[in-house]
Amino acid sequence: MTDLLAYYPPWFLEQGAALLPILPLLVGAILAILPTNAAGRSLSWWGALAVAVVLIYTSLGQMLLVYTEGPYQYFMGDWEPPRGISLDVDALNTPIALLVSIMAFVALLYARASVIAEVEPKKHGPFYGAFLFVVAGLLGMLLSGDAFNIFVFVEISSISTYVLVAMGSSRDRRALPAAFNYLILGSIGATFYVIGVGFLFAETGTLNMKEMAFLLSQLDGGSRVAQVGFAFVVIGLGLKLAMFPLHTWLPAAYAHAPSFVTIFLASTATKVALYLLIRFIFTVFDPSLAYVSTIVTYGITALAVAAMLFSSTQAIFQTDARRVLAYSSVAQVGYILLGIGLGTVAGLSAGYLHLINHAVIKGGLFVCLGAFWYHYGITRTADFAGLGKMMPWTMGAFTICALSLIGVPLTAGFISKLNLASAAADQGWWWAVAVIMISSILAIIYMGRIILTAYFQPPPAAAHGMTHREATPLMSIAMFTLATISVVIGIVPEGVVEVADRAARTVLPLGGL
Amino acid sequence: MISFLTDYFNYAVVVILMMTGLYTIFASRNKIKQLVGLSVFQTSVFLFYITLAKVEGGQPPILVPDPGADADKGYAALEAAKVAAVDFIPAGRDIVDYSNPLPHVLILTAIVVGVATLAIGLALVVRIREVYGTVEDDDIDRIDYVFNLEGTDEPDTVPESNPT
Repeated sequence: MTDLLAYYPPWFLEQGAALLPILPLLVGAILAILPTNAAGRSLSWWGALAVAVVLIYTSLGQMLLVYTEGPYQYFMGDWEPPRGISLDVDALNTPIALLVSIMAFVALLYARASVIAEVEPKKHGPFYGAFLFVVAGLLGMLLSGDAFNIFVFVEISSISTYVLVAMGSSRDRRALPAAFNYLILGSIGATFYVIGVGFLFAETGTLNMKEMAFLLSQLDGGSRVAQVGFAFVVIGLGLKLAMFPLHTWLPAAYAHAPSFVTIFLASTATKVALYLLIRFIFTVFDPSLAYVSTIVTYGITALAVAAMLFSSTQAIFQTDARRVLAYSSVAQVGYILLGIGLGTVAGLSAGYLHLINHAVIKGGLFVCLGAFWYHYGITRTADFAGLGKMMPWTMGAFTICALSLIGVPLTAGFISKLNLASAAADQGWWWAVAVIMISSILAIIYMGRIILTAYFQPPPAAAHGMTHREATPLMSIAMFTLATISVVIGIVPEGVVEVADRAARTVLPLGGL
Repeated sequence: MISFLTDYFNYAVVVILMMTGLYTIFASRNKIKQLVGLSVFQTSVFLFYITLAKVEGGQPPILVPDPGADADKGYAALEAAKVAAVDFIPAGRDIVDYSNPLPHVLILTAIVVGVATLAIGLALVVRIREVYGTVEDDDIDRIDYVFNLEGTDEPDTVPESNPT
């Protein structure tokens, strides 16, 4: 893989970190003011797609650079911290940056046809513009090494997300209250985060996360102010990443947003917030501090288990397929949080692996759901009857991703669940292994219900005369790319496991709790 | 108790505003009132940061040539102000105390963010009012009750089928 670095000009590798957040921000602003005629609409899609391609190229280059030469800091405008803002580029954030770029690209492939059906023609330019702002915000959150700068990027991505979710209103009016509730809870989350950063700033006098980490480690056992800051940061990020009791904004936002937005959000937004949680718990704070390890071991693990059990159960009783997957997302966040809660290299590595796998799997499932909606206008699970005959290839991709979500062997989900279970067993947490099993059984129920309906129930009488259809070529490419990735990871997991191990070792060089 | 309040008066105000805002968000079922609560909540954070920046006896952090001193001294004072948030330099020392300017700058950014959030929120409320004819959560829940129960899209907005 590292041979690929030969294809990158040196200046590009040097400046690539800055390009990642800046390029989508600039192009997004340009797309927003494109003319609203057919050429302008087409150009806005091509523009966004071109940005996604450049981002994949850039983030892959950064990742390989980190793997060969180790982590480094990029000084924005050559201003060194604490005066300037630094971008921290390491093995923890570059793989997620690559993941975000790839998911943006795949979601855009799906978007070509669906956005025309879902968004008013004159709004296409601003729509893709807002999408690129979300991408810019997420990449900024990943790379920035300045705690307050992260807040700004959080808000850039969040505010654009509220707009994107609300754009679903031309299809489903419930998108408006969903976007509003997301706005209220998302703003509370971001504000909690910024309160926490305020306390940390009061304690250390710096906003740079590396300096902050150093100064916090000098406090013997941690101060009261740092503890309060820690609590606010964890709760604020918990709202953003849909930690179990703070997830109430997620199902409605995922269910009523335009399908393209759901694909991208479900696979990236909560993942980047999870990355920030890992970064704060393990690198800014120190898991050896008593208050940090208590919260991680008892607080986060308990919430993770609650998410895995309750949200999976809730998913069973949903009548809308998008809500099934949304509740399932909350449950999957629980798996990743359990990996964090273990606090070991193996646990964190398994959580990180599941983060990557879940992004691919859930992205694939939502692409398929979007294709069903696009061709037949259905989202209810009851309406899936006969889809196995009416759209066999699309339903096939859906089934592969669903098996991967359940964790059937030879799929990506199996690898990450297996690693997570073995990490839990290493710690002697046998109850956690049992919880993983129970949650997987619940996943069999809620995904199996949809698949059985699709394959073993005849198409409704109203569908007679409806011809056999398949998804549009671009949608098919999108869903089969993701389904293939999830199977390839399941069969040849070494590469991705290595990426996850490197990430875990980066944040836990001493081996964890 | 009284001395605690007078010592930490600003922080007490911050906490009261913060809790008022949060309570308003969660207790009201009116979308405009929720936005009001959100604004109060965010404003409390602005006050919190500004309070952090204040150094007792500190001057506004403006570099003016001190008539009685050589040109470099102002910059030395700025360096002192940089650490003022951490180690409080007591008044009466021969260097000038400055309030820390950084939180003010941060809060300028946060105010802009808050304004943007409020603008989007109000725009959403306008759209909700257009579509539902109300901004009360209970009414909206009642109007959508059937759709939420059945898990369907609105019947009249479901596209018949898109040509492939």
